[in-house]
Amino acid sequence: MPATAATREATLAARGLSKRFGERVALHEVSFEIYPGELVAVIGPNGAGKTTLLSILAGIQAPSGGEVTSPPESKVGWVPQQPALYSKLSVAENLRLFARLEKLSDPDQAVERMLDQTELRERSGDEVGHLSGGNQQRINVAIGLLCEPVALLLDEPTSSLDPRQRERLWGFIEGLAAQGTTVAYSTHNVTEAERYADRVLVLADGELLFAGTPAALERAVGGQTRNFESAFVRFIDERGH
Amino acid sequence: MRWLLVKDLQILRRSPLLVALLIIYPITLALMIGFALSSPPGKPKVAFLTQVPKGQGRIHFGSQQINISSYAKDLYSSIQPIIVHSRAQALAAVRSGRALAALIIPADIPQQIQSLVTTGVGSPTVQLILNTNDPVEKQFADQAIQARLNDVEQAVSKQVLRVAVVDLQQVLNGGSIQFLGQSFPLLGLRDSRTVLRRAIAALPVRSPLRAELGKVVGFADLAIQGLAFASPVLGSIGTPLTVDQTELSGRTTPTATYAATIAVIFSLMLVTLLLAAGMLALEWEEHAFARLVRGLVSPGALLAEKVVLAGGLAAAASLLMAAGVSTFVPLEWSRFPLWVIALLLAGTAFGALGVAIGGLAREVRAASLLAFMLSLPVAFVALVPAAAVSGGLKSALDTVAFVFPFKPALDAVNNAFSGTAPAIGLPLVHLVVLAVAFGVLARVAVRRGA
Repeated sequence: MPATAATREATLAARGLSKRFGERVALHEVSFEIYPGELVAVIGPNGAGKTTLLSILAGIQAPSGGEVTSPPESKVGWVPQQPALYSKLSVAENLRLFARLEKLSDPDQAVERMLDQTELRERSGDEVGHLSGGNQQRINVAIGLLCEPVALLLDEPTSSLDPRQRERLWGFIEGLAAQGTTVAYSTHNVTEAERYADRVLVLADGELLFAGTPAALERAVGGQTRNFESAFVRFIDERGH
Repeated sequence: MRWLLVKDLQILRRSPLLVALLIIYPITLALMIGFALSSPPGKPKVAFLTQVPKGQGRIHFGSQQINISSYAKDLYSSIQPIIVHSRAQALAAVRSGRALAALIIPADIPQQIQSLVTTGVGSPTVQLILNTNDPVEKQFADQAIQARLNDVEQAVSKQVLRVAVVDLQQVLNGGSIQFLGQSFPLLGLRDSRTVLRRAIAALPVRSPLRAELGKVVGFADLAIQGLAFASPVLGSIGTPLTVDQTELSGRTTPTATYAATIAVIFSLMLVTLLLAAGMLALEWEEHAFARLVRGLVSPGALLAEKVVLAGGLAAAASLLMAAGVSTFVPLEWSRFPLWVIALLLAGTAFGALGVAIGGLAREVRAASLLAFMLSLPVAFVALVPAAAVSGGLKSALDTVAFVFPFKPALDAVNNAFSGTAPAIGLPLVHLVVLAVAFGVLARVAVRRGA
């Protein structure tokens, strides 16, 4: 069971967070807190501001207003939606490159650890461009974990994975959360949010509409829906988005 | 930056087609330029028919003679002669394309020249038949033959004048002439005047012949004075104009060296721009840019790494190319350290321009296309001769040439290769300034997409 505000300090927090791209408002006055060991899903329709929110938490983009509290950048793991890997380098070479750029004390040991975690040891010498999308995503996640992060941010981590790969990845992420790593991820798959997240943040048109457990979201629409996905759609519709 | 360099070199190593292109392209270009510059233009094939019988090619001028057959050797140095034995064969050779032209020397050419020289009557004519299928080749053959025929004309003229001058000297000063194998003394005008003066002195004071002979002596005086002027005047006609050439601004670069420098800089520019723009754009295509600049590498360091990679590799390839070119074209190896400095700074400036292109394009194909499209006009603008355009256009071209690295790179490397003007200092400073300016532009472009 994750810690709560009453017992522990938040790992990630946003207060009045806003982001504008010219006239367009991507985020408007978003505030929330995420605690150590918590698994939080950011869900919402297309263009809701999910990726923008995670990018700001990761330090890739600067907010237009408000403030973010997070661990140092070197302790926040970032897994972008599309694998950020060099297709001409091998699995091990990609891991080694980022381990060196992270200035880890023992890059080779970190590579070995990640090869075991991703179960890609047999393919460590293969060029990444020759791997399946699922395997590329596993390396993508592994690179985000190289720095042994306090908080891990994943943008649509399972979008290119088949069901077995998704199952394996979630098992791995739940293990990390169980060890105290704070995990926030965005997803279009609200069933995944219901199944794996301790809490969900519902964004629509840059506004944070809901922050709570999946069960609380279902209750918020009266609990008369067929499933969590129906409850989510009704919730969005009722609020005019 | 070290690990990024290692990574990019690994990527290049696994892109054999790209690397082969980067190595083979400049070397091939160097070899082609070398062959083009070191090989003399090919001699045109000319069907050659002389109808002058053997031993009858001599033209006599007084006591001297010239043999026009000896000028055939000069003609052969400019053409590849195909010796034919009839006019029909000459025409057939031209019609079939075996020869670009046919030159026919008629049998009476010595007599015609002799007649023209001695009596002023005669029209010595040679026949030139040209294949007009290819206007360029026609002009090539025409010019080669006309040049040699002009030489023959000039030689005959000189020889005639030389003979005339010798004969005039003999009229003036006396000497001997050969006739029927015997030598006869010839009394000159000066000696004739002396004899006449003695004769006048020996005559009685009132002799009527004194006045008559005095007129002859007066004529001899005038003739001596006139002929004394005539000899140098005639001699000067053989070489009517002497050019006293003065060169300003020190040494100028030999054309071949300048052409080689252009080839080296063009290759350097193309390789650097393509590599810098492509490798930076690749960071976006691989979605790695955001991950890298998120605390792992600063954008400035990432740009610097691409400039070092592209500029360094291209400068190394250009040095190889220069070494290859130097086997055909004279380059001053004693100035090798300046080669390295000039090529590295040129590579740096082109690399900065390349990362600016890559930062703006962010897609490898677009960046490569942009780099390639920019290369040609940048080079041509820098190479337009100052005298070829008018004032306003020249100012515009100069401005464009000033804001891109091609012109200062050309000046710097040209000086490094040959030691000729302009001096190397200013172009090197210019390259540094452009490297900084394009680096700033690249930084802005990258920030826009961060």
